[in-house]
Amino acid sequence: MNLKELYQEIILDHGKNPRNLRKTENFNKDAKGHNPLCGDKVHIYLKLNENNKVEDISFEGQGCAISMASASIMTDLVRGKEEKDIKVIVNDFLEMIKQKEELNTKLLKEDEKTKLMCLSGVKQYPMRVKCATLSWHTLTAAIDNSQNKIDKESLEI
Amino acid sequence: MNIDNIKNEFPIFNNKVHNNDLVYLDSANSSQKPKIVVDRIYDFYTKEFSNVGRSVHYLAVAATNLYENTRTSVQKYINAKDKNEIVFTKGATEAINLVANTYGNQYLKEGDEILLTELEHHSNYVPWHYLRIKKGVKIEFAEVNKDGEVTIESIEKKINQKTKIIAVTHVSNVTGAILPIKEITQLAHSKGIPVLIDGCQGAPHLKLDMQDIDCDFYAISCHKMYGPTGLGILYAKKKWLEDLPPYQGGGGMIKEVKKDLITYGDLPNKYEAGTMATAQVIAFDESIKFLNKIGINNIEKHEKELIEYGYEILRKNNSVRLISNPKQKGSAISFTLDGIHAHDIATILDEEGVAIRAGHHCCQILHDKLELPATARASLGVYNTKDDLDKLNEAINKCKKIFNTK
Repeated sequence: MNLKELYQEIILDHGKNPRNLRKTENFNKDAKGHNPLCGDKVHIYLKLNENNKVEDISFEGQGCAISMASASIMTDLVRGKEEKDIKVIVNDFLEMIKQKEELNTKLLKEDEKTKLMCLSGVKQYPMRVKCATLSWHTLTAAIDNSQNKIDKESLEI
Repeated sequence: MNIDNIKNEFPIFNNKVHNNDLVYLDSANSSQKPKIVVDRIYDFYTKEFSNVGRSVHYLAVAATNLYENTRTSVQKYINAKDKNEIVFTKGATEAINLVANTYGNQYLKEGDEILLTELEHHSNYVPWHYLRIKKGVKIEFAEVNKDGEVTIESIEKKINQKTKIIAVTHVSNVTGAILPIKEITQLAHSKGIPVLIDGCQGAPHLKLDMQDIDCDFYAISCHKMYGPTGLGILYAKKKWLEDLPPYQGGGGMIKEVKKDLITYGDLPNKYEAGTMATAQVIAFDESIKFLNKIGINNIEKHEKELIEYGYEILRKNNSVRLISNPKQKGSAISFTLDGIHAHDIATILDEEGVAIRAGHHCCQILHDKLELPATARASLGVYNTKDDLDKLNEAINKCKKIFNTK
């Protein structure tokens, strides 16, 4: 276990001053993510242009340094990428954060990979992996339009 | 048994956590287990095991006697009038579900109101929620004040003609406030309303006297009381247990079963369907003995001193925001740190061997009210010391260092 690996300068910076923490105007895809165990919440907004490229991406939410930094770094990396490539990147990240040594996708540049690898310290903290993955799963849901149906029974009181 | 050396009774403290001594401040979640309780489970399984209440062989009779001994010990410990007012359940959650189901089905109808408080743990809210869905009853919440308390006045404000049961926590697992449960019960009874107390955070720390409190139901979690997991207790006045229908059906709870007729067993069997958590019940007798050996008055005194000390040192730490300040303080203290999320606090504290809980502590209603998504909570048990709280404070300072906050 190494706290310094977990709370690297870049994580603390993104955690404290998250990039893209706002709501995209005229977004055309979005999804909400929620971790009921810890209460972390994130809402991802995507604006895809006519070529299916991410013109803008932003998020709203609240959570720990890890979840905020992860959403911040993710939104920075995804801007300008093609929609079809995003899922490959997401899967690569999810595999890395759970087990794999490094990122394999060719869709990310080396400096982008280096930035993402700053989150790899989370691996040593199994209870915190969900903090790092929440925004990524939510991004997938936004692209797929697969927002989980919220339990209606509990809302209609 | 001297409370100052009590850590020696708990084998868990022989282990290191990340090469540090364990500072366990998560007893509101679950307490650690004294060696005598752990040994009792082993001994029962290796030397005395049998199912209870069914067979007539030697082991079955002995096990049944041990099982019923615990019921008597619990009756005495909480000063219930009758040993058959003690029902074993799989937890306090099941105890509350039992009441919500049986009382709810028998007595509640559309438009009736259940009065809870904003302090309730999900386990004293969600079981009642099903009655909203099934029967169209309404749930009201007595408000918490800025100190994290629910007063008798805020309860009174929400009582009306439609209120059919009041279910409140004895002690908040977040703010630590001790509620005036005797006064609440008196008030409710004066209006003919029964009262359920969620005693999860009360029973391990405070002297209990069911006849004095006079509540109708009191739910206990045994694993928070230095006992095994998988076990809870519902105390209920005999008149209710005789009156209400069974909760679950199965073996052990019946008298006569025909193709066209089933009659139910007498108390306490009526509410204990199927094979119960036998070893846990038998081992829980040792938990009661353990508590009795220290003496509940000594426990109350020890923990009161500690919680006051906890408030004192955390108040001096200028990044700490205490979320409450109840006049009657139970054994939990919750806080936030400027610029550091509760989960980050918990991870950093853990590295120092300091075990706390971070999150909403199964109290989302309260956290919504506080407008905080998560808080950090330190909660106490008999084994804690001022040194533990000093280590908590030092570990908090380490959080500030890592996050470079003041």
